Amino acid sequence: MQILYFSRVREAIGKDEETLTPPADVTTVDGLLNWLSTKDEGYEQAFKNRDGLRAAVNQTFSPMDAPIKHGDEIAIFPPVTGG
Amino acid sequence: MRISVQEQDFSIDKEVEALVRGRGDIGAVATFSGLVRGDNGITQMTLEHYPGMTEKQLEAIAKDAMKRFSLDDCLIIHRYGTLKVGERIVLVITLSKSRKAAFQGAEFLMDWLKTQAPFWKKESNGNESKWVDAKAEDKHTQEKWK
Repeated sequence: MQILYFSRVREAIGKDEETLTPPADVTTVDGLLNWLSTKDEGYEQAFKNRDGLRAAVNQTFSPMDAPIKHGDEIAIFPPVTGG
Repeated sequence: MRISVQEQDFSIDKEVEALVRGRGDIGAVATFSGLVRGDNGITQMTLEHYPGMTEKQLEAIAKDAMKRFSLDDCLIIHRYGTLKVGERIVLVITLSKSRKAAFQGAEFLMDWLKTQAPFWKKESNGNESKWVDAKAEDKHTQEKWK
């Protein structure tokens, strides 16, 4: 699973992308963030305020309870500020 | 219909000219451009985006606008990278038979870009830099088109 981080989230975690294989019981974006948060304090801090986070699954905006599977591209970022 | 996500600047005149050249069926061209504003000592802004998804979102938004307002053509250019105060960030051009659709289409595109395009702005005053927070009013503005 390829995981991308942007903006504040990228800075908090200290990398812009990584490829990970989460355990089989990780089936949603929220589940992925929970799993990562148990691994390292940096993730825990970055993902603490879930209201301030948005996600995309395979380059489509998706809710935090969206299903994810092996091979997906998941992106985590704050609300967008373009235009 | 064309979209471009680019680092380099653009010329509004040249883009309009390229769109209307040789066409006799267009009665209205609306252009909107957004610039870096130097509030509170801001000297420059850095725009980050999500390559791949940005292009997909811009394509989808442009297609939606074409259909919704029966536009004859439209263009979106959105820049990324570091831009100084006064520099152009974004350009939207809509072509139509008459002004109403052109105005509305351009407004729709801008409202959607604010909330549906994966860009993030970081402002700097020369000493420190800060990510821009999303505005609740932008979300509200976009919802009026639903």
